[in-house]
Amino acid sequence: MLEMFTYPFILRAFVVGTLVSLCSALLGVNLVLKRYSMIGDGLSHVAFSAMAVATVMNWAPLWVAIPVVIAASYVLLRLGANDRLSGDSAIALLSTGALAVGIFIISMKSGINTDINNYMFGSVLAISRSDVTLSVVLSLAVLALYVLFYNKIFAVTFDEPFAKATGVRADFYNMLIAVLTAVTIVLGMRMIGALLISSLIIFPAMSSMRVFKCFRNVVICSAAISVVCFLAGLIISYECSTPTGASVVLINIAVFAVFCAVAFFRGRIALNGADSDK
Amino acid sequence: MKTLIRCKDVTLGYENMTVLEHVSFELNEGDYLCVVGENGAGKSTLIKCLAGLKRPSEGQIEFSPTISRSDVGYLPQQTAIQRDFPASVREVVMSGCLNHSRLIPFYTKADRQRAAAHMEELGITDLAGRSYRELSGGQQQRVLLARALCASEKLLMLDEPVTGLDPIVTSEIYGIIREVNRKYGMTVIMVSHDVRTAVRSANKILHLKHTVQFFGSTEEYLASSTGREFLGGQRENA
Repeated sequence: MLEMFTYPFILRAFVVGTLVSLCSALLGVNLVLKRYSMIGDGLSHVAFSAMAVATVMNWAPLWVAIPVVIAASYVLLRLGANDRLSGDSAIALLSTGALAVGIFIISMKSGINTDINNYMFGSVLAISRSDVTLSVVLSLAVLALYVLFYNKIFAVTFDEPFAKATGVRADFYNMLIAVLTAVTIVLGMRMIGALLISSLIIFPAMSSMRVFKCFRNVVICSAAISVVCFLAGLIISYECSTPTGASVVLINIAVFAVFCAVAFFRGRIALNGADSDK
Repeated sequence: MKTLIRCKDVTLGYENMTVLEHVSFELNEGDYLCVVGENGAGKSTLIKCLAGLKRPSEGQIEFSPTISRSDVGYLPQQTAIQRDFPASVREVVMSGCLNHSRLIPFYTKADRQRAAAHMEELGITDLAGRSYRELSGGQQQRVLLARALCASEKLLMLDEPVTGLDPIVTSEIYGIIREVNRKYGMTVIMVSHDVRTAVRSANKILHLKHTVQFFGSTEEYLASSTGREFLGGQRENA
């Protein structure tokens, strides 16, 4: 099994994938709680469309996608704060709209069906040597900023009106969450796939929320689940020649089922305990 | 007595609908103001505006130079997000301290002591490790009140703090608010639709119905026709 790491592309996927899994799990807890579970989906489609433009124009995909997706992320989080257009319909508009633009543009250049396939469902080969440095630097920056502003991010997620009223710069921290999410999505989508990257945001957070009840433990557990699931998925994908993204998501589903079961049985035990007390 | 807040001819609304017009009043340090009125009278809109969450469409709200945004403690109405939020009581209360430690990203020892003192004061020390979403409504309000006190001991704004609570818990919460008003000399602005309890604790009343129906001391309110009518009406309803 260890021999898989002698392949440079697996090693690159391992390093970048682990870091992206960590980032997405941490941000995922906040996004799920803020009712923005589907933001990953919307943003990855925007990233798809930006990368399509970059491919056609022969620009470096990451450099085009990151600023575009940051802008889209900010717009989405802002629209959600607006009563006229609810968050989920805003995401649906942006997501399908961007997908259409992307497919339209990419079809103008013939013979890139493989590219579409890779973007949609992810490829372990997607991380090129030149991308590794940028990906590592960016994901380390996301992690550092998250840890540094952890308390403020918690406060803004738990109760934005309170944070604002007491003089915490809530808009700034919302913007920060938007930027960090955008960077994480762009870095992760090429390996996991535009259609599947959302699951990296949602599953670890949902699983750990079944079992843990304090925010810090939820975040730590979510990060651990995410990294373990990614590694398991990567190994399975190497051993059985399955797509990496789908393998990672399947492991996440299994972990979610286990955590649901744990929560269920713990609830039963607590209930029985309460009954026998009477 | 120093003037703390001065509202000058404030008009408030959403989109192109005006909710409140020509609201003017002044509040001194240590006052306990209760904002009363029927549902939809614009009480919550006004307190959101005082809390800086909304801008007035016309008029001005002036704060005395002795206080800033970070001297405000706020207890908003609960949101749907909070109902199933995984957070311990300690985490929630501590988050009130964030407006003081601007440059340091982490909590300091002073923050921890502050939070512990306020939890003790509100009788929730033994709940510190419990999950916020598993508490009763009254316990949750105590937690949010402790958080508001961590944020400030100068000015406290509360938006319908006893909605959905039973009478015993309601009177406990009112008791705590009265206590902080006296003990710290804290200025309190509270929105409530329960006017009878309001007149028992507050020293000033602001009665709203799309504009100011009455503003003055509680004694004046009880003697005024607006006050007598509203109190009488509530008594009949009850």
